[in-house]
Amino acid sequence: MGKFKVELDEALCKGRACAICQNACPQEVFAVSDQPTPQGVWPLRVASPEECIGCRRCELFCPELAISVQEAGGREQEARGEGQEGPVVAPDYGGWTTVPSRLSAGVHFLSGNEACAEGALVAGCRFYGGYPITPSSEIMVHMAHRLPEVGGTFVQMEDEIASLCAVIGASWSGIKSMTATSGPGFSLMMESLGYAVMTETPCVIVNVQRAGPSTGQASRPAQGDVMQARWGTHGGPEIITLAPWSVQEMYDLTIRAFNLAERFRVPVIVLADEIVGHLYETLTIEPEIRCFNRARWPQDSPFGTEADDGVPPMPAFGEGARLLVTGSTHDARGIRRTTDPQTQERLVRRLANKLLAHRDEIDDWETHFTADAERLVVAYGSVARSALWAVQEARRRGQRVGLLRLKSLWPFPDEIVTRYAGDCREVVVPEMNLGQVVREVERCTAARVTPLPQTNGEIIDPRRILGYLLEGRWER
Amino acid sequence: MNDKTAAKSSTPLLRARYLRQPTPFCAGCGHGIFINAFLRAADEAGLDFGRTVFVSGIGCGAWVPSPHFLADTLHVIHGRAIAFATGVKLTRPELEVVVISGDGDLTTIGGNHLIHAARRNLPIKVFCLNNWLFGMTGGQVSATTPPGAITATTPSGNPHRSFDLVKLARGAGAPYVARWSVARPRWLRQGIETALREPGFAFVEVLSICPTQYGRANRGQWADKEASLPWAMLSWQETHCISRRKAQKEGAEGKIVVGEWREGEEPWDV
Repeated sequence: MGKFKVELDEALCKGRACAICQNACPQEVFAVSDQPTPQGVWPLRVASPEECIGCRRCELFCPELAISVQEAGGREQEARGEGQEGPVVAPDYGGWTTVPSRLSAGVHFLSGNEACAEGALVAGCRFYGGYPITPSSEIMVHMAHRLPEVGGTFVQMEDEIASLCAVIGASWSGIKSMTATSGPGFSLMMESLGYAVMTETPCVIVNVQRAGPSTGQASRPAQGDVMQARWGTHGGPEIITLAPWSVQEMYDLTIRAFNLAERFRVPVIVLADEIVGHLYETLTIEPEIRCFNRARWPQDSPFGTEADDGVPPMPAFGEGARLLVTGSTHDARGIRRTTDPQTQERLVRRLANKLLAHRDEIDDWETHFTADAERLVVAYGSVARSALWAVQEARRRGQRVGLLRLKSLWPFPDEIVTRYAGDCREVVVPEMNLGQVVREVERCTAARVTPLPQTNGEIIDPRRILGYLLEGRWER
Repeated sequence: MNDKTAAKSSTPLLRARYLRQPTPFCAGCGHGIFINAFLRAADEAGLDFGRTVFVSGIGCGAWVPSPHFLADTLHVIHGRAIAFATGVKLTRPELEVVVISGDGDLTTIGGNHLIHAARRNLPIKVFCLNNWLFGMTGGQVSATTPPGAITATTPSGNPHRSFDLVKLARGAGAPYVARWSVARPRWLRQGIETALREPGFAFVEVLSICPTQYGRANRGQWADKEASLPWAMLSWQETHCISRRKAQKEGAEGKIVVGEWREGEEPWDV
């Protein structure tokens, strides 16, 4: 018996292809075993422990922490469940609550971008990470001033990629978080958007759309990102997208976006456009709002539920949950299962089902004059303002025309469109792109569907829509 | 973090206290030597794994904390670990935030976030496991591959120069920068402990080895033909690393300088 006790855990040893211990040892304590393991590894073994001089090079070098060197007769250190401490916080089951408004109740006069920021604040947003881009920058500037006043954190990141990454990190800290951008920045966020979906991270992304493609016309409105919001990130997940048409809705739908994000543990996109972002008009602030908070208790399945459309609870960092957050396919505990077909199928389906099975909580729309309509205009965002004027004027001239305004674009409200388009002979879809929502509308109705596209960086003139409704003309 | 005066923890105790499971790394992977040193350093420094968030990106280096460390881990998209860590640290400053990832992740695709975190002096610790190429994807050239080295995508030798990560981080304003080698595990352990105790942004380049990709592709570089390939690479690294103090006396021609650099320290070069 030598002065030191050398132990090597052969189950951990990766064998003679490594042999770092054997080479590091100045005394030839180690040798390769005579027999390979069933896995085909020829492990090292402690051949001559009596030669050990206690230099511990083997112990410090072993990449598997398979070797220990102790003074012979020294006291054993026992590991009894160390590092296994359970949760350190009380359960918080989250849910709906009522909070007082941050702005005084009554009528205010704000821009859409300012209203968006105020909506985020009252909804509980306490982290903003962003990067300047026209026409969304006023949201960031407003948050830079307002967040410190409510104990929140603002940071201007180095690009839009980093912005959404920081937002996701902050959300896992247990903080409601958001960013805002426009087309080019939105493109940069696509990879992280998918990460937020896969890791079920609540957050809000506001895209104040401008005319593209590419740099396009930075200060001009467009609606070219509707399909990107739904299909921009790879893997094709369901994405909730809301489309405000007024300053009031920049406020209201931002609050709703946070509530949906927290309710379903998803990223939610507010798809605004330059018109509603820069528009100044009045909005009415109620004394209090309804607000949803995520369920957060550190239990053992933060990434799965029994139901195939469930939303698991979301513990935060530092609460003892020892979270394994990963964008790789994972089981209910977050453990990677990157080659298991069942786990992949189950996860992808639940991520979609948790939204599709709760359409009644997501679908959002408004109708005007649809009761007796023979023709239906389907519009969203600022274009719906033009469409409403045109429908009113057409009615005045005896046309039986109605308006369906979509406030939620994704998941696409199929049943709503089918319901209102059902008895119409024509459905008309004006939009500031070459035709995106019109394709979805076509899926939902047997009626003739007419696209009214405009991509010149201008709001669609209401008289142009009226011209079509009265005379069937849509001139370039 | 608390200072601990208790006896050094045994290897089995370290495994039980800090690790979920054995690693999947190749035999002789330098990243395992880093894990060994890191757990000893964390234990000595009293790093509470229950109050620590480990953030990592994509690649072999990113697998070091996740899923192995028994702590909160955030395993993110390629190159963006520091950006995610920024969101965590800014909102939960009381938690320790440690980024562990590779040279491809942190300095090739993700270099922008590294320099901006250094500029901001974000109080996180960043350990960059530099194995000189992209290991997991099959041994492609990275921003730290030495000129002339053979990789899967530089079959005639790397035509480009490589980053000096210490100078990169110092130039970006990092108040604490260090470089250590897995071939000198005692220095490495001590260096990690020092970095973990730093109050501000700390960047540590850890010279690792990748026998499977870099070692095989550049077999002619390793002098010790008798030893296993990992040991031949470690021997090369040990003889080619020179301490900062020694380099200042003798010059660092043909050597890799290891040591630590604090903000404002001269000389710049070594």
